[in-house]
Amino acid sequence: MNTDPKDEFDRLAQALRSTPPAPDPAARQAAFARAMENFDELAKEPQTEMRPNQDRPPKRAGFLNGVRHMLSQFSSKQVLAATTSVAALCIGLFVILPMQNGPYQPTLVEPSQPDATPVEAAPLDAAPATTRTETASAAPVVEPAPVPELALEAVPVDMAPPVAAMPSPGESGLIRERMVAGQSNPAISPNAEVMFDAMEATSDVAMMPPIAMLPAETTEAFANAEVNPIKITAEEPVSTFSADVDTASYAVVRDSLMSGYLPPPEAVRIEEMVNYFPYDYPAPGAQDEAPFKASVEVMPTPWNADTQLVRIGLQGRMPAIEARPPLNLVFLIDMSGSMQDPDKLPLLKQSLRLMLGQLRPEDQVAMVAYAGSAGEVLPPTPASDSARILAALDRLDAGGSTNGAEGLELAYRTAESMAGEGEVSRVLLATDGDFNVGISDPDGLEGYIARKRDSGTYLSVLGFGRGNLDDATMQVLAQNGNGQAAYIDTLQEAQKVLVDQLSGALFPIAGDVKLQVEWNPAEVAEYRLIGYETRALRREDFNNDKIDAGELGAGHSVTALYEVTAPDSPALLNDALRYQPAADAAPSGDGELGFLRLRYKEPGETVSKLIETPILTGGESDDDARFAAAIAGFGQLLNGATYLGDWGWDEAIALAQSGKGEDPFGYRNEAISLMRLAQSLQGSAPGTPPMGVPVPTDMVSPR
Amino acid sequence: MLMAISDESLALAAARGDREAFASLLERHYDRIHGLCWRLTGDRAEAEDLTQDICASLPMKLRGWRGEARLTTWLYRVAVNAAHDRRRRAATHAKAALGWGDWERGRQADIAAETEAQDWLREAMAGLSEELRDTVALTLGEGLSQAEAAEVLGLSEGTVAWRMSEVKKKLRAVAQEEMR
Repeated sequence: MNTDPKDEFDRLAQALRSTPPAPDPAARQAAFARAMENFDELAKEPQTEMRPNQDRPPKRAGFLNGVRHMLSQFSSKQVLAATTSVAALCIGLFVILPMQNGPYQPTLVEPSQPDATPVEAAPLDAAPATTRTETASAAPVVEPAPVPELALEAVPVDMAPPVAAMPSPGESGLIRERMVAGQSNPAISPNAEVMFDAMEATSDVAMMPPIAMLPAETTEAFANAEVNPIKITAEEPVSTFSADVDTASYAVVRDSLMSGYLPPPEAVRIEEMVNYFPYDYPAPGAQDEAPFKASVEVMPTPWNADTQLVRIGLQGRMPAIEARPPLNLVFLIDMSGSMQDPDKLPLLKQSLRLMLGQLRPEDQVAMVAYAGSAGEVLPPTPASDSARILAALDRLDAGGSTNGAEGLELAYRTAESMAGEGEVSRVLLATDGDFNVGISDPDGLEGYIARKRDSGTYLSVLGFGRGNLDDATMQVLAQNGNGQAAYIDTLQEAQKVLVDQLSGALFPIAGDVKLQVEWNPAEVAEYRLIGYETRALRREDFNNDKIDAGELGAGHSVTALYEVTAPDSPALLNDALRYQPAADAAPSGDGELGFLRLRYKEPGETVSKLIETPILTGGESDDDARFAAAIAGFGQLLNGATYLGDWGWDEAIALAQSGKGEDPFGYRNEAISLMRLAQSLQGSAPGTPPMGVPVPTDMVSPR
Repeated sequence: MLMAISDESLALAAARGDREAFASLLERHYDRIHGLCWRLTGDRAEAEDLTQDICASLPMKLRGWRGEARLTTWLYRVAVNAAHDRRRRAATHAKAALGWGDWERGRQADIAAETEAQDWLREAMAGLSEELRDTVALTLGEGLSQAEAAEVLGLSEGTVAWRMSEVKKKLRAVAQEEMR
């Protein structure tokens, strides 16, 4: 490899100059057609009516007037068909979403009450707009972390005007713009109502960041196989699959729903959705040899009275860190303009979100932002109030210059106010290294941090981005603070640094975990594994230690659900065969539905161990089982599996509600909100919009 | 016949509502825009989408064109801004593909086993920040001078020069990394 920098540079130049791939003729044609269409639409309006074409609207009123003007211009059906108009319209409606959680500034400075140009002036006769307008003025503006309900009320009007002054129009707005534009329905009110539904549902889960998935992405490839069919026990009594602790599919589904789309069915992997949630399965005790414990439960199937649901739950051994003292975490977040790169602040938000899930209800979190000035964006809040914490996270937005020292002092003060007997306090400084310490004497800062360490508050430094990371300063600060300096460039790294280290160590406790169920034909005539399509193993692979399977980490749990049908059940889908003898009675006694075998390897071992346990009838459905069943139903409603009958969204939501339990981190609540969102999306917009429909990116902020 | 007319006159005519002028403007510049989009995103599908976005927004944007810059410069600016907007939206998605920069996409690309040259380019570009990528796409890719690139990006020429030296520094660092 050549190290001459000149050559590297030339090589880059050459590679970049090389001919780009030829434009796809179809795409070209589509782009032309779209451009001409927009051109024609535009030509129908008098030129003087156009919005000023510049980077940012000059002032709020101007922006709103412009939008309102366009709204009044574009009320005819025909004009609305043009993406231009729809895009502009949607900005009027949805750009406000990112503001739903309160003021934009990271500091506590009270934003001046906007001389709002009310949205009701827009030609939206949709009722929701008006009702919300009424409540809006009562909503708190200064409160740093309004509860989601209040945030919802505040959405349409109150928060709208500041948006015009925002440096970047909200992503959610653009996403929704995309969504509407992607739909073929040109009529305004149905879309508007869908939108309002979506907003309503969104606010229920305001703890979630406005994650945007590009719905028109056609390059996304999803791993999935055909939905598992019903199997006949007499023909195929053994079902084998690998454990799966992935949860990616749930995130995809969530992103999709949050951006207003039903997820493509192939993106729905039910086992990953079910496994996203923590369940309270019994963990193996200290005396148990196996690093995990299996618990099996049988309950009536929610969507079919004549079948039963068998839930297999594996719980990995909990990390020893269980007994750790409560944590008080103060995030000191750099909000300088340089933090707005995607690999900085947005990544930080994602990372903190990940980490929140690892905190315990007794832990406390506070946030201090520093930019031009320092401000507390989140007062000390119990970790169980994740909605509030995530809402505060969402409000963060980079801008301004840095005054690190002031922020540091405030962070320490906050940490000290949280400290309790036997608790650990730590300040986590998240910065891209553009750390203007504001102290003429750097040694003084080190000494300051060291003194704070001695008084019980530690400092860790998390570096983001590559731009101007001042590694040396970070290291010095962290070392003096008895903490670590970590550099976070990807979400994986964030997981490693923040989450894993927080929970002690998320080490693998069992490798190649395989599950095999042999069903007893006397008790089970038909069975169906819900999900795990991509994890299916061949029967003989179960005992073959060379065949790879899923890993289980400390504290992980895995859930698998089978729907089973008894031989005399009216729900049988297959008739008995005329020429085959009826199934023999089980050799191993009554009430045994089947037999569960588990194979796993200790970390580093090559030979697997076997665990066996019978699946017995009886048992009650606890919260966890009901919730898992509800999520399985959710997944099946999304991927269109045919086994649910009349069982629909209302039933799924009710079941999830009944199984919500304590839900200390709000995951289950979030899922219920997603179900509602999916219900309204499925009800109002059958099917997903056509893939690959392009939408103008920035019609709203022409530059 | 229209081909003889300058870009700028065509654009002015299009801005006044001349349909034919607009069509030939598109015809003239589509490939150039597409090329830049590819260089900015490093991904074929993404480039197609971005190009289409830009085309769709052109009629509106042209209305604001006052002829104060060369049309190509102006087009580049529109494209770079559109790319920024797109990235910004993508950034909020946990696994949004950022073209060059996205690790997930990079992983997928590894699986797909691209040619070595493309891999090198991808890696080199991924090692650069967005600002640097934009800058090299315009200077090295499109062959603009530093002054022209500065005009497109709305920066001073000095900043562009500084960025280019940053690029050299980064590449050197990467090359040394590989040596180790």
